[in-house]
Amino acid sequence: MAESNKIVNFHVTRYNPEKDVKPYIQTYKVEVTDGMTVLDGLHWIKEHLDPTLVWRYSCRMGICGSCGMLINGSPTLACNTQISHLGGMDITVGPLPNFEIIRDLVPDLASMFDKHASVKPNIIRDEADLVSRQGEFYQSPEQLEEFLQFTFCIKCGCCMAACPTLATDVRYLGPMPLTALQRYNTDTRDEGFDIRAKIAGGDGGAFSCHYAGECSRVCPKGVDPAKAIQLLKRKLVLDYLHLASKKQPCKKLEGPGHGKLLPNMNPPARTVVQDAPAETNK
Amino acid sequence: MSNGTKFWTWHMAAGVALLFLLGLHMLIMHFGGSVHLFAPHGSEAVSVENSQWRDAHTFFAITYILMLGVGLYHGLYGLRTILLELTLKPAVAKTVTAFLVLVGLGLFGFGSWAAWAAHTIAIAGGKG
Amino acid sequence: MADLHRHDNRLGVWGWLGGGRWGVERYAYILHRVTGLGILLYLLMHTVVTSLRVRGIYLWTDGGFLHQPIFKFGEFLVVAAFAFHAFNGIRLVLVELGFAVGKPIEPVYPYKTSLGVQRPLLIVVMLLAFIFLAVGGYNFLGLAK
Repeated sequence: MAESNKIVNFHVTRYNPEKDVKPYIQTYKVEVTDGMTVLDGLHWIKEHLDPTLVWRYSCRMGICGSCGMLINGSPTLACNTQISHLGGMDITVGPLPNFEIIRDLVPDLASMFDKHASVKPNIIRDEADLVSRQGEFYQSPEQLEEFLQFTFCIKCGCCMAACPTLATDVRYLGPMPLTALQRYNTDTRDEGFDIRAKIAGGDGGAFSCHYAGECSRVCPKGVDPAKAIQLLKRKLVLDYLHLASKKQPCKKLEGPGHGKLLPNMNPPARTVVQDAPAETNK
Repeated sequence: MSNGTKFWTWHMAAGVALLFLLGLHMLIMHFGGSVHLFAPHGSEAVSVENSQWRDAHTFFAITYILMLGVGLYHGLYGLRTILLELTLKPAVAKTVTAFLVLVGLGLFGFGSWAAWAAHTIAIAGGKG
Repeated sequence: MADLHRHDNRLGVWGWLGGGRWGVERYAYILHRVTGLGILLYLLMHTVVTSLRVRGIYLWTDGGFLHQPIFKFGEFLVVAAFAFHAFNGIRLVLVELGFAVGKPIEPVYPYKTSLGVQRPLLIVVMLLAFIFLAVGGYNFLGLAK
């Protein structure tokens, strides 16, 4: 338990593109109270010590993914990090590595967003199927589970900052875009595997991942990009060896009641609330 | 399907093959004291007599060539992966690839010739 | 604004070693690289040295240039590198082909990741590598004869 109002040294990376040739470290003494996060600490600095300190944030509750920073050498969300949990009287706060610094603690995430867009993170399906208002796509709870974990990504860039391959390889897509790629490849509504297989199997694709595991270790949302990439490699290799079972895109429901859980079908415990039994299809 | 998937799949397959080939190689060459395999002339597995005894067998000549080919592919492709992760310019990356392919083919040719030549010499020696 | 200089914060080769939290898989990753490069270097020299036997030159036998303690020790390092690279390679094949990372799960805090799923495998292969190396060392020191 942290004592109230103790002083903690914040060693913050500063960089002003108008004045500085390279980043430098500035130390602030922050009065820390119980329950204070690193983000709160930065606010305290801005209010009490230095109004010129710049960082990016929005929601303050681990949802928006804006405040990814390198805190004590580890990429994580500033809003999600309790100062008391870090221990010690010194905290280093820097911008996420493997991105360009715009100013102080603000990385330019555009390179990640460009790579994300390049993996076609959207349902690829026959246009007629998509625009037709006749019925919804049917997807079983099990089929949903196959990719649901990977949809929790908030694009904070922590995995990209932790990845050793991205430390040198500018062309490597990186954990976040490849996880999005796997997420859509696994979606039964999607028919874009062949298009994405070319992207994922090419230069800078999934095979530049060597399972150092840092992305999964630092992910603040438990998305586990390393798992997604290994499952992606498996699919690519099986597809190359012609051992993959051909994915049948899911069908549309034919009308009210069609596609609901059958009486003898056990849905995954997570998906259905235990005290509300699933409706049966009579 | 793209070349990355193809080359990486064979890189993995080569690794698995090496596991068995080099595993056997290590057992014969370096564990002679514990597991005495394919070395009828004394306990020193790498002595001239034992080397020549193995050279006289086609099985060994073929596994040497196999090991060399598979090992060179696995090793040089691994090296290429590491080098290309340094974000080389496309022209440099192509040169690196071409150079490694040449080194690989050259050493494979030389090593295979030597393994087979040693085989024929050992057989001739055995007869003589 | 667009013409303002941005500082490239890419970590470079040093980032292969550090960069984030240092997990055991990160050590395995970097050691796999280093041992692989070592074995490749050895393979290139080994091919040339052993090929010389065609000309009747056996550099590694009694009286040969390579029959010195320093080379014996170097050879032991190669066996050590092989032990690590081979056994860690078994883990990597299983992991990278999606056999040892588990299925996608709902992320519930505290998060469980695929790192935990493959960790027992990592421990087992490292133990096997250590046993292999111990037996190898026993042979290298000539204790088995």
